[in-house]
Amino acid sequence: MAMQTQTANTLAQKIIGRAAGRAVAVGEVVTARVDLAMIHDSGGPRRVAPILQELGVGLWDSERVVLISDHFVPGDTEEGARILQLTRAWAAETGVAFHDGQGICHVVLPERGHLVPGMLVVGGDSHSPTGGAFGAYMFGIGATEMAGVLATGEIWLRVPGTILIEWRGALGSGLMAKDIMLALCGRLGMDGGKYQAVEYTGDTIAALSMQERMTLANMAAELGGQVGLIAPDAVTARYLAAAGAAPGDWTGLTTDPGADLLEHHLFEAATLAPQVAAPHSPANAGNAADADAAVDIAYIGACTGAKHADLAAAARILRGRRLAPGVELLVAPASRRDQDRAAADGIMAVFEVAGAKILPNACGICAGYGAHRLSADTTCISSTARNFKGRMGDPTAQVWLGSPLTVAASAVAGRIVDPRDMLAEAA
Amino acid sequence: MGRIFRLGDDVDTDQLAPGRYMRGGIEALAAHCLESVRPDFAPNARPGDIIVAGRNFGMGSSREQAAEALRHLGLAGVVAESFAGIFYRNAINLGLPVLTAPDLSAAEDGAEARLDPAGGRLVLAGEHSITLDPLPENLLPIIAAGGLVPFLKARFRREGAA
Ligand code: SF4
Repeated sequence: MAMQTQTANTLAQKIIGRAAGRAVAVGEVVTARVDLAMIHDSGGPRRVAPILQELGVGLWDSERVVLISDHFVPGDTEEGARILQLTRAWAAETGVAFHDGQGICHVVLPERGHLVPGMLVVGGDSHSPTGGAFGAYMFGIGATEMAGVLATGEIWLRVPGTILIEWRGALGSGLMAKDIMLALCGRLGMDGGKYQAVEYTGDTIAALSMQERMTLANMAAELGGQVGLIAPDAVTARYLAAAGAAPGDWTGLTTDPGADLLEHHLFEAATLAPQVAAPHSPANAGNAADADAAVDIAYIGACTGAKHADLAAAARILRGRRLAPGVELLVAPASRRDQDRAAADGIMAVFEVAGAKILPNACGICAGYGAHRLSADTTCISSTARNFKGRMGDPTAQVWLGSPLTVAASAVAGRIVDPRDMLAEAA
Repeated sequence: MGRIFRLGDDVDTDQLAPGRYMRGGIEALAAHCLESVRPDFAPNARPGDIIVAGRNFGMGSSREQAAEALRHLGLAGVVAESFAGIFYRNAINLGLPVLTAPDLSAAEDGAEARLDPAGGRLVLAGEHSITLDPLPENLLPIIAAGGLVPFLKARFRREGAA
């Protein structure tokens, strides 16, 4: 593999190079310093603490570790309560930053100002690429590697090639980041990312809010990328200032023109229609208008699909409408802060009037936990990221994925529909 | 000396560690490793044997058991044209040597061979050998120690003693 330093570098190369302390070439394996490690109650203390004990060491830097409880919240089973107790005890013992019951890790981490562009971050969860929305090189690792990071502050990685995904043009009414992602899963497949760096660019992306960008970065996991990056800009800076993150100068934190790319895909937003993914894979994507399925349950939840922007979108449809008879709408806001904001905006009231059931700020059904996990033979339209067989409950449950707009419109219609007709009426 | 088992492109983690045997633990997974593509593999694999495969070896899910099953069978390692990213990570961290080479046509199925990870060679009978892409320098000690945990254990023991 060619190792000469190039003058034009990708965003991924620049971040990894900084963390490795030298210029890096695509394809080489480097050892990098980790700026931040995020763990949650499921893959965190209960799995890493025994390994650290075996190694006979403590944390390399407790100020660079963030612990968030989300998978077993609210702890309404014996097992869940025990795991939360263990998680809390470990937090107290180590003194790491701990957000307990505040929402789903990928949403809480940036919301509390922990992420800054240019950081190299590891997360003990497969949707860790979400941090890429902020221009941080954040990726998921297993418990053994996490224990290694917690003990040493270092990790090895292969400098990835970059798959540039460019979207041009304005997103039409009724379209969201989720539609972009489902379309990409359909077009590129779940291994299209080849464990390389996916980077989103183009004026369509630049026009998206931070929370919409997080949906793109999050679902780089479904594309099979190691990360899903978006270069930081003024939108990023505004979000971070509001979140109280350390200010920084991120000029140059972009992929240079002329940098070597592994692939470059170009898409026109004008050709996109609201998407759904049929059971049991995000790659089974197609136009929502062509789906022919009655629904029993509509779920607005998860790190991917229940942020404030997602709740606001669903409320646009639900305002002044009723759920179809027999359809249950479940809403699990991704974080307590987003739920509080939605309450202040009148969005939560719209859900209540429409007859939705509000669930805790946690992974819940998305992780297959809780009293509301899907029962046999139900059909669900969901704003989550994955519809693998049996993930959200019984293996006979049929889960479709769609944007929060599509989920809300389908809950009103009682079957999967393109949300644009209802939006036009609402206008 | 071990023997070579040849496989094609895109060997996936469900072939290596079949989901339906997950509950049986690593013993069961190893006993059924690759049975859907090479039913003769698991019953005949002996310590020191080597898998030689095509492109994208280990594609699929992130399950660590895919690499663990091969290590459990005592394999000396896997040589392939390329590896899927997460499998490669897992293999190194579990101490299973994984090496690449652009042309492996000289490695025949059933032939006697020995894998020399540190030297970057697949040694065939009769002094013949295939040169492999060298393992990255920072990964060699992890492989030599038998994986990430034993590597770190030794490192902290040294640091503790120093
Ligand atoms: S909400 Fe779902 S996808 Fe997100 S971290 Fe929790 S289980 Fe994973």
